[in-house]
Amino acid sequence: MSAAQASAWGNLGWPPAAEIRRVDTRDADLPAVAGTLLPYGNGRSYGDSCLNPGGTLLATRGLDRFIAFDADTGVLACEAGVLLAEILDLVVPRGWFLPVTPGTRYVTVAGAIANDVHGKNHHAGGAFGAHVRSFELLRSDGSRRRCSPAENADWFAATVGGLGLTGLVTQAELQLKRIAGNAIAVRNVRFSGLDEFFALNAEAEREHEYAVAWIDCLAKTPRGVLMGGDHADADLPAPRGGRNVPLTPPLSLINHASLAAFNAAYYGKPWPAAQTVHYRPYFYPLDAVGHWNRIYGPRGFYQYQSVVPPAAARAATGEMLAAIAGSGQGSFLAVLKNFGARSSSGLLSFPMAGTTLALDFPNHGAATLDLFARLDAIVRAAGGRLYPAKDARMPAAMFRAGYPRLAEFTSYVDPKFSSGFWRRVMENN
Amino acid sequence: MQKILIVGAASAIAEAAARQWAGRGAALFLVARNAAKLEAIAADLKVRGAAAVSTHVMDATDTAAHAAMLDAALAALGGLDVALIAHGTLPDQKACEASVELTLREIDNNGLSVIALATRLANLLEAQGRGTIAVIGSVAGDRGRQSNYVYGAAKGLVARFFEGLRNRLAKAGVQVLTVKPGFVDTPMTAAFPKGALWAQPEQVARGIVAAIDRRKDEVYLPGFWRLIMLVIRHIPERIFKRLSL
Repeated sequence: MSAAQASAWGNLGWPPAAEIRRVDTRDADLPAVAGTLLPYGNGRSYGDSCLNPGGTLLATRGLDRFIAFDADTGVLACEAGVLLAEILDLVVPRGWFLPVTPGTRYVTVAGAIANDVHGKNHHAGGAFGAHVRSFELLRSDGSRRRCSPAENADWFAATVGGLGLTGLVTQAELQLKRIAGNAIAVRNVRFSGLDEFFALNAEAEREHEYAVAWIDCLAKTPRGVLMGGDHADADLPAPRGGRNVPLTPPLSLINHASLAAFNAAYYGKPWPAAQTVHYRPYFYPLDAVGHWNRIYGPRGFYQYQSVVPPAAARAATGEMLAAIAGSGQGSFLAVLKNFGARSSSGLLSFPMAGTTLALDFPNHGAATLDLFARLDAIVRAAGGRLYPAKDARMPAAMFRAGYPRLAEFTSYVDPKFSSGFWRRVMENN
Repeated sequence: MQKILIVGAASAIAEAAARQWAGRGAALFLVARNAAKLEAIAADLKVRGAAAVSTHVMDATDTAAHAAMLDAALAALGGLDVALIAHGTLPDQKACEASVELTLREIDNNGLSVIALATRLANLLEAQGRGTIAVIGSVAGDRGRQSNYVYGAAKGLVARFFEGLRNRLAKAGVQVLTVKPGFVDTPMTAAFPKGALWAQPEQVARGIVAAIDRRKDEVYLPGFWRLIMLVIRHIPERIFKRLSL
């Protein structure tokens, strides 16, 4: 893999790593290099949390072997670079599913651990780390630790959500979830206004394992569609994929006119009240279009994902949406969801009880950063925080304010490990 | 259920091919030098659905060990449908130029050891009157170039030897397949900058499995290399020798 091939999903033009070293066997030692190391999985983090400009990246996609799978208990052991997609392809036909899955299946297992990813079932199942039985952590001093909630529990808590900074995860053991078929029964409900969203969402969380809303963030009154889902006892043929954005267009295809038109059309399209679909379009609608990130053009894009605690959720979310609509910038990928009370496993885990809002913004330079500064103020005032996996610009103070266990975490950072994100939020004050 | 022997089973292309066969429920016998790596691969293939996986530690250049390995493979698999010879090394051309010993060792790694294996396999499959011998050659074997002619010479030797075997075994109903991959993004080529011509091991592996299924004789992978090599093979030597290739 050449340096140019290790990019982050937002295409924001970060400086390259000095070197990329492949890790192809789980028993290999870490390479002896002069500078810093950072594991690099499939590059689906949006900003610089998966990059190490000027340092060495440990490319882990070669660690893609399964170790064991017990089809009776649903316990799967695999190497760190296995993609969630590869797990699903293996286990869904055998009646098992990931206990928690993010919105793309093209992330590695270790990437899912390092970011303690969440899904549409956080209210029911918590975050990814809650279902990790154990993993092996290889440190630059050559030590290998088996970490679980019971064994080396402190290292487990530091590494889940630890952004790859505590060492290299080489392999992991996951507890999967039993399913009766590959289909999801979906209930779609349109809503208009945040009050309606919160009322409908509370009901959806009681009734469904999965609940997530798409919102039209450009509308004067926030409106959208709430999608509740449950695994269904049915098997459907996998939808045909294969659409791809073959190259980066010279200009972003996302602008106010295209967004407003898309959002209005999407909101207005006929939404069946109930439908049964293959799991892929429900969980991974964007995975159907390869390299969709290229539509934002050569300047790339940002994602802004925040969470604010329940007490402030209604007001803060409303303020943020008003600021976004007022700015005229926005996203056709706006997602609104509640996190449940189940506490996260990691010291730096992003999910906490409250409401999370995630939006993509084309990179318009200062105008975009100005909007983010306004959103930051709302999130901070509400006692919320931003998601490092999606971040490319949060100020150091914002990071410190959002993650009260940061000081505890830093003692577990491997002295040889660093990332662009880590230097940005720890060294620039 | 296909009964498949893979020599050089820890190579990226071979491992990717083994995954395809495992997904179909094949029985596999894997041969490589590194026992730990072999065990990791075997466990993976079992999870992916292989009916059975056995492993055998052997250095392919140890030709005296070939016969015992084949006996073990036949015993473990209970027969043999496909043998894929996939081991190899990518020589440092400059170092070879400075060392006769290294040059000969690379020819042994990539050429002579393959011929030794293929000779035994050919006799075995000819006697049973069916089966497949496939070898991973290279586009580098089609023409000698200053940048890697030691590797190219060994792969060329293999290609010509397999041509002869194919001619001999056609009567016996045995498939003899020469695979000629172009540039493949594997640990062996980790140091090279990658461009548009580079393929992933999975892509090449799919081509190998399909070529065996379709009983092909020779296949370039990905297929566009057939065209590229057609052009390269036809450049007159008088011009070719002056090119920096």
